[in-house]
Amino acid sequence: MTLARDVRGMLAVAAVGVLFMLVAPSVLELFTIINLTTAIALAVLALSLALIWGYGGILCFGQNAFFGIGAYAYTIAAINFGGSSWAILVAILVAVAFAVIIGYVMFYGRVSDVYLAVITLTVSLILYSLIRRTSGPDYKIGKSLLGGFNGITSPPINLPWDSSFVLFPEHVFYVAMGGLILAYLFTSWLTRTHFGRVCVSIRENELRAELLGYDVRFYKLAIFAVGAGIAGLAGVLFCNGVGRVTPDVFNLYTSALTIIWVIVGGRGTLIGPILGAFGLFYLTSALGTQSTVNNNLVLGIILVVFVLGVPKGVIPTVADWIAARRSRRALRVRERRMRMRRTRGGSGAGVGAGRGSPDGTGAAARASE
Amino acid sequence: MRQGEVVLETRGLSMHFGGVRAVDRVDFALYENELRCLIGPNGAGKSTFFKCLTGQLRPTAGSVVIRDIHVTEREPFEVAALGVGIKTQVPNVFEGLAVEENIWLSARRWHVPARARSLTAETLERLRLGDIRTSPVGRLAHGQRQWVELGMVVAAEPWLVLLDEPAAGMTHEETVRTAELIREINRTATLIVVEHDMQFIRMISHLVTVFHEGRILMEDTMEAISADSRAREVYLGHRA
Repeated sequence: MTLARDVRGMLAVAAVGVLFMLVAPSVLELFTIINLTTAIALAVLALSLALIWGYGGILCFGQNAFFGIGAYAYTIAAINFGGSSWAILVAILVAVAFAVIIGYVMFYGRVSDVYLAVITLTVSLILYSLIRRTSGPDYKIGKSLLGGFNGITSPPINLPWDSSFVLFPEHVFYVAMGGLILAYLFTSWLTRTHFGRVCVSIRENELRAELLGYDVRFYKLAIFAVGAGIAGLAGVLFCNGVGRVTPDVFNLYTSALTIIWVIVGGRGTLIGPILGAFGLFYLTSALGTQSTVNNNLVLGIILVVFVLGVPKGVIPTVADWIAARRSRRALRVRERRMRMRRTRGGSGAGVGAGRGSPDGTGAAARASE
Repeated sequence: MRQGEVVLETRGLSMHFGGVRAVDRVDFALYENELRCLIGPNGAGKSTFFKCLTGQLRPTAGSVVIRDIHVTEREPFEVAALGVGIKTQVPNVFEGLAVEENIWLSARRWHVPARARSLTAETLERLRLGDIRTSPVGRLAHGQRQWVELGMVVAAEPWLVLLDEPAAGMTHEETVRTAELIREINRTATLIVVEHDMQFIRMISHLVTVFHEGRILMEDTMEAISADSRAREVYLGHRA
């Protein structure tokens, strides 16, 4: 019963996504659509961290490292291959391979949570410094110059069967939205499998999972690698939305922002961080048009407010609130019914009044059954 | 009682923390189908010994052998993979997950989905957890959490069961029920139970090993130990 409701929720979210994908381009202006593509790419990045932090319990502070690697790998591969299809696959695989290497060291070395956060953040910052220093004609991979802090212009995605047919920005929107929906369905499915439940159990109690006979190191590494692959996909979508990739994908601001999306949206849900990414993307865009308050200050305040006031994040808090209201109402109905029965038993009067109560109790009682 | 093969053995097992010899050259043997209790005062080394058996601690010296396999350097999940069910002293459960999912995660480790489901249902019934099966374990009372953990041990159908203080913090009624359950487990499995509660040990045990200052002081029946002056001195004098 609960599982069925779960699956219905997941499909409903996917359906809303599909509807949005189909309707948005005919309603919104091109500029808004291009902007949305970027927001969608960031939402996919948020989703990847929602999976490994919210479900896997792995606080990766440098999730954007895989995002940036995906963006760079896609751009470099697409320039060299002269087409995008294989480049997308290469980008995802490179991100996964990178995650497997650093993940192996961290998980099989049994690095504790705090150090894991520090290591991943450091990796991201090292990549930032490295890539920034690659200006000039000496730094190139195949035909692609790395471009230092100016970055590289990313070739847009083309049709898989015709590399000369390059997608227009409005088409890239479909690709991005489709990517987000598929990534959401995939992660939703994954968190329901035996593998996904084991990852959740490791988040809950690592020792117990180990004593049940699960190789905790392997499960953590596996979900970490899957998350990196999704972040890699996000990188591909991002550089397609923006049109280029720069070292800023690796900077501290992006690292922190990814964490904030997940905290605001809510750990332990997938839709929460997605909405968190969209919400904060538009908030920062709006703040960017004015100069009264500093953008980073506002983000900082949001982070503090959420950590102190809404530690679970928006979606879980709202869900709890709805559940509490529902159970309170059920309790009230039950109490009222008991009272009615007592009066009925006591005097025999007021039976009719109790049944068809004018305040709608009867209806509420029926509804709750 | 002492017949059949030795299923668990330690040879010269030592665990030192700095200068403290928590476990000091312990030779211990457990026979098939036995139900052995480990007792001893606080700091006698029972729990450290227990952690060495389950791979949670790497002993300083000596070896642990389970059914002819050296497990001294193994990870806890590898020990569990030999068919060993382990319950820790502080209940280790999946707090945020429902009771039935806790049990299912244990059953599903070794069984196909259909069998895991039926095993979960069986275990819930056996431990009388049916009424609370959808509650998150974090919201349960202490005794019930202990049973959820026992349920996880049972659901894996282990042949060797290691329990560290299974009755700690339980009411008398719960303790009696736990003792029943342990005797029931003993029908199909060999057990080691680390315990403090003397009455509880009298309910379940045949053979008791007394730890003192990291060593085995004596091994005998509960009656003999109660009558022994050395054992009374280190442990029982003020309790029983």
